[in-house]
Amino acid sequence: MKSAVVTFPASNCNRDMFDALEKITGKTPYQIWHQDSEIPDVDLIALPGGFSFGDYLRCGAMAARSPAIKAIALHAERGGNVIGVCNGFQVLTEMGLLPGALMRNSSLKFVCKTVHLQVENTSTNFTNAYTKGQVIDIPIAHHDGNYFADEDTLKILETNGQIPFRYVSKEGNAIASANPNGSQNNIAGIINERGNVLGMMPHPERLIEDAQGGTDGRGFFESIINTLK
Amino acid sequence: MTKINWNNNPEITDDLVKEHGLSVDEHKLMIKILGRKPTLTELGIFSVMWSEHCSYKSSKLHLKTLPTEAPWVIHGPGENAGVIDIGDNQAAIFKMESHNHPSYIEPYQGAATGVGGILRDVFTMGARPIANMNALRFGSPEHPKTRHLLSGVVEGIGGYGNCVGVPTIGGETNFHPSYNGNILVNAMAVGLADQDKIFLSAAAGVGNPVIYVGSKTGRDGIHGATMASAEFTEDNEEKRPTVQVGDPFTEKLLIEACIELMSTDMVVAIQDMGAAGLTSSSVEMASGGGVGFTINLDNVPQREENMTPYEMMLSESQERMLVVLKPDRVGEAEAIFKKWDLDFAVIGEITETGNLTLLFEGKTVADIPTQPLADNSPEYDRPWIKTEIQPTIDAFDIPIPIDFRDTLLKMINSSDLSSREWIWQQYDHQVMADTIQIPGGDAAVVRVHGTNKALAISTDCTPRYCYADPFEGGKQAVAETWRNLTSVGAQPLAITDCLNFGNPERPDIMGQFVGAIEGIREACTVLDYPVISGNVSLYNETNGTGIHPTPAIGGVGLLKDSSKMITIAPKNEGDVIMLIGECTGHLGCSLYLNIIEGREEGAPPPVDLTLERKNGDFVRTQIQKRIITACHDVSDGGLFVTLSEMAMASGHGMEITINNGDIPIHAYGFGEDQARYVISVSPDNVKGIITAARDANVAIKNLGIVQGNTVNIKNTFTITLNELLDAHSTWMPKYMSNKD
Repeated sequence: MKSAVVTFPASNCNRDMFDALEKITGKTPYQIWHQDSEIPDVDLIALPGGFSFGDYLRCGAMAARSPAIKAIALHAERGGNVIGVCNGFQVLTEMGLLPGALMRNSSLKFVCKTVHLQVENTSTNFTNAYTKGQVIDIPIAHHDGNYFADEDTLKILETNGQIPFRYVSKEGNAIASANPNGSQNNIAGIINERGNVLGMMPHPERLIEDAQGGTDGRGFFESIINTLK
Repeated sequence: MTKINWNNNPEITDDLVKEHGLSVDEHKLMIKILGRKPTLTELGIFSVMWSEHCSYKSSKLHLKTLPTEAPWVIHGPGENAGVIDIGDNQAAIFKMESHNHPSYIEPYQGAATGVGGILRDVFTMGARPIANMNALRFGSPEHPKTRHLLSGVVEGIGGYGNCVGVPTIGGETNFHPSYNGNILVNAMAVGLADQDKIFLSAAAGVGNPVIYVGSKTGRDGIHGATMASAEFTEDNEEKRPTVQVGDPFTEKLLIEACIELMSTDMVVAIQDMGAAGLTSSSVEMASGGGVGFTINLDNVPQREENMTPYEMMLSESQERMLVVLKPDRVGEAEAIFKKWDLDFAVIGEITETGNLTLLFEGKTVADIPTQPLADNSPEYDRPWIKTEIQPTIDAFDIPIPIDFRDTLLKMINSSDLSSREWIWQQYDHQVMADTIQIPGGDAAVVRVHGTNKALAISTDCTPRYCYADPFEGGKQAVAETWRNLTSVGAQPLAITDCLNFGNPERPDIMGQFVGAIEGIREACTVLDYPVISGNVSLYNETNGTGIHPTPAIGGVGLLKDSSKMITIAPKNEGDVIMLIGECTGHLGCSLYLNIIEGREEGAPPPVDLTLERKNGDFVRTQIQKRIITACHDVSDGGLFVTLSEMAMASGHGMEITINNGDIPIHAYGFGEDQARYVISVSPDNVKGIITAARDANVAIKNLGIVQGNTVNIKNTFTITLNELLDAHSTWMPKYMSNKD
């Protein structure tokens, strides 16, 4: 699998994403600078976490207007895979590639911890390596991860299986106490209707080797590899 | 000699000199060095360079006595941060610094800029920062300001560290009334560099360009009260608050741009603009290299209009660096900073005069020989009196609790011993994907990126011990970091110290300082654990009452094989719990005495450094051999608290039998004797480790086994894990959500 990682000013998980992709795919990813107007032909473009443009104005708002964004949108339009993690998710909603918005956490505080996610839809490009109903552990670290969409949008997301996983308790229940940021319906990530663009607040790239405390994050990347077989 | 422009220069009166905090003798020395009276700009430069903060005038006589050398020390104190060898041509670079007063005035920005400043000290030497730590002290939880200060400081540390993408992996937090009017915010940063790519500040090469990079210069942080007089400003604009404002976004760009710049061979010297901004950076670079600097202040990127030379030289605007480049490389360097959208300006050049010469609007406004300015900074042997030794408290004089359950639950639900998760969950402790031990254990551990090595880091100090006995307290602070690093399996290598004390002009306070330094010196010597960087913060007091003496120590250790790292959590049911070290039941200065009896008194536990070394070396060896599977040092709260913390971390209960002999059970369980560790080993290895301990002359005792879901201390108490977790985890969230 050929992949690329985008760097905006003050992206800070770009190296982590780069390393994870390199370790899992066995190939060195390309690096896309936010001012690049041409991007390489790859199977996956990853928008990493961080504080692009300092999170000033609105998280992801300025990054979504970078020169590289046009080419990324075109890549998605052609059916190419795009994954946005944390700040990358915020950029995808600001670009309009994914519906809804990420608001300030309901606690009004930054939260960094490992949460449980239940994989509900395993037929997506990003989750086919997991089993349906599987509860996985993935770290989160964000200040603005409180997913919001209007009722009609939520209904569509729910009906179409566009919510591949949610925040759950250890036992797999999507209860309020398992929701770290106030997201509607415990939504931790969504995919677009076509199924080639994923945005998620948790950081799968932080949990890909035993030394990091587990390997539950690998599945997101392995799933994409599976779809290319 | 350069002709000074005296236009618009006020008369330097004795009052003005005094307002700048300089003594009569210092004024005379300044005139002698210059060979004439100073300009206002020069007075400002002398005053900050000779301030306590920059010159260490009260402390350096004593600091000189600290051990700073070891075969693995590459650069000790004197550079921006200390540097140690961690093998494979790699170096760890670290330092801890205080940002106490700004954090009390404006907790968010004070703490945030504290983090920003210490990061710059580390990356200015060529290192990529890989970990942030902190040591925080707040006033009593009941004090009306404490909640606000804690909330703001934590948000500030997180707001800055999270954005720059450096994990904040640990720290410590205490509450005590002595900090009611003067909190302590000490921030530590650790970076990683190749040994052949370490950059120093000494400038060289006459004619080489001097470059200013980073943010623009504003009027923020200009040294406080001194210049509130309207005589020196062209308008009546009110002076801005002296607390600087941080911009972590710019810092992140600056880190990346500087690392990119330093990967080339065009840098001669580089220095961050920290305290005293452009003044201290240019003076240190010039005096360090035995050269002069000519700076044209008209070229300094400015954020505000009509800034005077005085203001530019004393501004403490954040996120700025000064770089000396090789000739003819300016264009290449500029391209890097333009790419990162940062200001870049050639503001001067190196001269052979040895002077710092400042030009403004075509005229010379200052011309100071830098060597005498740096070398002749005052040094005082302040009078001091030894702190009175407290009587040793006999445990038999302290009542035995009626209900040990309630006692233990009360202790772990206290401000001192409750979980700090509320704090560290607000810090991104996992960015960079190398954190292999998160906060909550004895030491935090990060991998050395791309290798199998790891660095363990711990910050520690027990101020109540230091207050009772600065010498023993100083020893204990060093020993506790050493123990914490040992507990995860690391070899402790070196420390940075952040020495927070009251007014050094008071002999009792100076006595605390001298005592603590003696203790630190002795511990560092016996443990082969030198001081490689540090900072002194004096005058921490309100209304004449000093803070508890707080020499915060940041220790760094190396795990050559990170797979051998262990945590405080025993893994398996049936594993055997053992105690390393001797228990005498020392209750003086203990948290038990404070929380349960409401008494803050007595001598603190003595620290036998030879015993520390023997026990610690034994534990580390057994961890390296993979015999010990979990380890927790015994510190605040004593043995029962240690056991409870291990149980909570593991999710397993314990069956413990205490053979306390002649020692009262509460003293055995809550006493704070030093040099102790609780370990777990598999049943197969019990015999072996007992034999090994005997051979090493180390005290070892079988306490019981890992089992079930209650902590059961036979004949003393039984508490379920859920009860423990509830008591431990709820104090701080409850406290912080109580908006009174």
